[in-house]
Amino acid sequence: MTALTDLTLAAAKAKLTAKDISAKELTQAHLAAVAGARSLNAFTTETPDKALAMAEASDARLAKGEGGLLEGVPLAIKDLFCTRDVESTACSNILKGFKPRYESTVTQNLWDAGAVMLGKTSMDEFAMGSSNETACGGPVTNPWRRQGSNSALVPGGSSGGSATAVAARLALGATATDTGGSIRQPAAFTGTVGVKPTYGRCSRWGIVAFASSLDQAGPIARTVEDAALMLTAMAGHDPKDSTSLPLATPDFAAACGTSIKGLKIGVPREYRVDGMPDEIESLWRTGIAWAKDAGAEIVEVSLPLTKYALPTYYIIAPAEASSNLARYDGMRFGVRVDGDGLTGTYEDTRAAGFGPEVQRRILIGTYVLSAGYYDAYYLKAQKVRRKIRDDFDQAFTQVDALLTPTTPTAAFAAGEKSDDPLAMYLNDSFTVTANLAGLPGISIPAALDGDGLPLGLQVIAPALAEERMFAVASALEKAAAFDARPDVWWAG
Amino acid sequence: MPDCPYTLPGATGDWEVVVGLEVHAQVASKAKLFSGASAEYGAAPNSHVSLVDAAMPGMLPVINKFCVEQAIRTGLGLKAQINLWSRFDRKNYFYPDLPQGYQISQFKDPIVGEGEIVVELDDGETITVGIERLHLEQDAGKSIHDLDPKATYVDLNRSGVALMEIVSKPDLRSPQQAAAYVRKLRSIVRYLGTCDGNMAQGSMRADVNVSVCRPGAYEKYKAKGDFSHLGTRCEIKNVNSQRFVALAVEVEARRQIAILEDGGRIDQETRLLDTVKGETRSMRSKEEAHDYRYFPDPDLLPLEFEQAWVDEIKKTLPELPDEKRKRFVAELGLSDYDAGVLTADKERADFFEAVADGRDPKLAANWVSQELFGALNKADKDLSDSPVSTAQLGKLIDLIGDDTISGKIAKDVFAKMFETGDDPAAIVEREGLTQITDTGAIEAIIDALIADNPKQVEQVKEKPKALGWFVGQVMQQTQGKANPGAVNKLLKEKLGL
Amino acid sequence: MSVTPDDVRRIARLARIAAPEARLDELAGELNAILTWIEQLDEVDVDGVAPMASSVEIALPMREDVVTDGNIRDDVLANAPRSEEGFFVVPKVVE
Repeated sequence: MTALTDLTLAAAKAKLTAKDISAKELTQAHLAAVAGARSLNAFTTETPDKALAMAEASDARLAKGEGGLLEGVPLAIKDLFCTRDVESTACSNILKGFKPRYESTVTQNLWDAGAVMLGKTSMDEFAMGSSNETACGGPVTNPWRRQGSNSALVPGGSSGGSATAVAARLALGATATDTGGSIRQPAAFTGTVGVKPTYGRCSRWGIVAFASSLDQAGPIARTVEDAALMLTAMAGHDPKDSTSLPLATPDFAAACGTSIKGLKIGVPREYRVDGMPDEIESLWRTGIAWAKDAGAEIVEVSLPLTKYALPTYYIIAPAEASSNLARYDGMRFGVRVDGDGLTGTYEDTRAAGFGPEVQRRILIGTYVLSAGYYDAYYLKAQKVRRKIRDDFDQAFTQVDALLTPTTPTAAFAAGEKSDDPLAMYLNDSFTVTANLAGLPGISIPAALDGDGLPLGLQVIAPALAEERMFAVASALEKAAAFDARPDVWWAG
Repeated sequence: MPDCPYTLPGATGDWEVVVGLEVHAQVASKAKLFSGASAEYGAAPNSHVSLVDAAMPGMLPVINKFCVEQAIRTGLGLKAQINLWSRFDRKNYFYPDLPQGYQISQFKDPIVGEGEIVVELDDGETITVGIERLHLEQDAGKSIHDLDPKATYVDLNRSGVALMEIVSKPDLRSPQQAAAYVRKLRSIVRYLGTCDGNMAQGSMRADVNVSVCRPGAYEKYKAKGDFSHLGTRCEIKNVNSQRFVALAVEVEARRQIAILEDGGRIDQETRLLDTVKGETRSMRSKEEAHDYRYFPDPDLLPLEFEQAWVDEIKKTLPELPDEKRKRFVAELGLSDYDAGVLTADKERADFFEAVADGRDPKLAANWVSQELFGALNKADKDLSDSPVSTAQLGKLIDLIGDDTISGKIAKDVFAKMFETGDDPAAIVEREGLTQITDTGAIEAIIDALIADNPKQVEQVKEKPKALGWFVGQVMQQTQGKANPGAVNKLLKEKLGL
Repeated sequence: MSVTPDDVRRIARLARIAAPEARLDELAGELNAILTWIEQLDEVDVDGVAPMASSVEIALPMREDVVTDGNIRDDVLANAPRSEEGFFVVPKVVE
């Protein structure tokens, strides 16, 4: 049993194709792991019946020698993805009980490739957060603990449930979404691989929108190759999303393991921030050395606007969110709280349905778009955003990819930052730039810190250069040979 | 227009009105602006609704190319600037018939910029009205308030239907001008085929902006475009007929004047026209704290297209009413008045052109504009409900042309056609109305008349006008079926005139 | 620019989120902390910079005018808190 959940996605795929194992037994093993790990609170909805039915269908196809790219592979799905007839709530009370009559394009792509759905994973409410503490179903606990400590750490967010499910071997991979770092930061906190592709690679259709111009779906998995396989299945042009890129999806897995000899890897000096722990600094140096050893040339580059990316993000994302979340009004779906007349009903519904962080961001977004403030905040942020993108364009005339730490710190304790929004926001300092510029980024587990917690390295590539990004990431992965895993303290 | 055409006297002196219109014209498309649901009117509640129109979580808009094309067509018809780069913005507000919590519209960068249209007034004068802009936007759903005393019912069938909002400059100065502007605009979009112009079904409706000012103020505004010379305006929402547009201007102007004369102040607000009471009233529910927080819709990219596409569309534009009217005068020899009547809307012009095809245009114009329109008017019928088809009316004219019937008999035949919808030939046959062109028969009657009435024969030789008496006698004896030309010719011969 | 409790009341109303009077000061404080931090953007010179609304640089895709959707009333109403006779039913709108 343990053996099946320890397989990489690629290895499981090989065994399924070779009929060494059945999709059903692979799925059962994972369902048992999910059931045994409820104390982590990674899942908000488990769908064992659906999983078994899908696994049996996969076995039937495999028996006929058919089957898609992910045939029989059990996956966890972030609750931000709408899944047909399965409660989809974005972990918000306002969507409690909402069962969509439709399937998001990305999850449909996965099912079309033969994947099996284990359930829906917890997340920060409406994907707003970096610790998974704002989920309406309660926080998710990171499978990793500090050495010699029993205190709970956060798994990062917003895709903390997905990252936890993958790190704790509850799923071979999981879908996630990334608006400012919500795939890469939890991946770094849980010792997993997280990929945010180029904006427009994955359709946003059927994914609950947070900030439309920044949101991108991507995978969390345990290896670079596994993530590449998943992304290959998830991505693709979707005519239902006007911002979906009309491009064929490359075979990302084929790019893994290709040589990076002669590639120029940029190291942006502005990512060396004040107060950054030595361990992050040294991790970065180690990563640079690995890249060099693999034949890459290291070039120091400058991204002068880096420190302005986060404040820019905290104008643009809340502004878009304030409008995107207007549809949660208790009129056509979701929860309605009757109040004084129509306006009272709107106000009570939304005050009761949205948690404090979501309310805070809606208020900020409403404020920055309101009459008299638009130019000073929103328009200004859009202009700074262009300058940030221009920075990257400039850097990518000198280098082929960028290497940075994923996060300024390792996983922190539950409750440590939940009362301080600004401290929480700083988690995304290194990841948010890629969202603003629309670039692909990947986080890979690279080392453990002094407390025995995983740390991630991030590779950012030019738009549409995911294959190069995967090549660099897999070279680093090979050099890092990261094989640490959390003790299974939660089982039973 | 040197003088203001409409002045309202007040206790403190005269007042003038200044009117600008925002007309919402539904694009004549099959599907909605951003979803594949049908835009057809009149379906069962919530049946023409997609998940996008209901703003389900994660749903995204994709624009309908045909709607963009119709906006361009309309812009060309308004002789307006077509913007090759435009953008969609979100207009944010909460309302149960607005599922997204925002309307996708175009705020800063509309697809069509400035243009103008020439408007014919009832007195035959024309005015030129400036078009400020045209933009594409989504319609909202429908709230029904009278099905339940404690609740509102919402039908989203209209939610997401494509509208063109056509904004005029404040160039209209009277209720009549405002109504005539709507009539002309409706005519243009119907010629273009971009909107069916059906005001009763809400395919076209107007928001009427009204302000009042003292004589001379408008000219000052015009001179420098400085709006501060004009009064505070109120917007009368959703006016759905030309008549009500005029009514809205009139009653709102009177309301504002009464307030101002009492030393009060006009609050800029949205109002509704009560057509029964003939007054406007405040729409407070929509008024409250309106700050629409427009920003570019991040689900859509800028709308960009090539001039070549605009040129292609331009090639397919039909002849518009102004051009058609000029051609009817210049090439068909119609009077300007007849040409105006016949081109006022596309249906009339199409009808006339079908009737006139291969026939004498003046005769055709006469039959269409005098006889048919007169009869329709009397029967309170629309042209589309005409019991007489173009082919039938054409045939009637042919029967006159080939001397089968006289023009006089033709009027009787027409009356029967209008009543029964029968073909003219069948009526003529059935009623035995065929004209007598047999000169022998007519000659016999004339010979007898001359022989029996020597006195009248004497008279007519001195006073040729008295010939009418003989013509009348012949007609009487033939029940009007004698060919008048032949009768005249023979009489003159035989009387030696 | 500093957010006052009045501002909070105004934007909370715009956003249709009930904000109890007792919490306005606290919320104003929270928003001010964030906005003050955001205002470091004042240091950035953006003269002549075009605003960037999206990172995608393709033309807006258009679809043909074909009815491909609708007639799914049950799906549309499936999650409604209240519906009757095919309509969504919402609190009385007073006009």
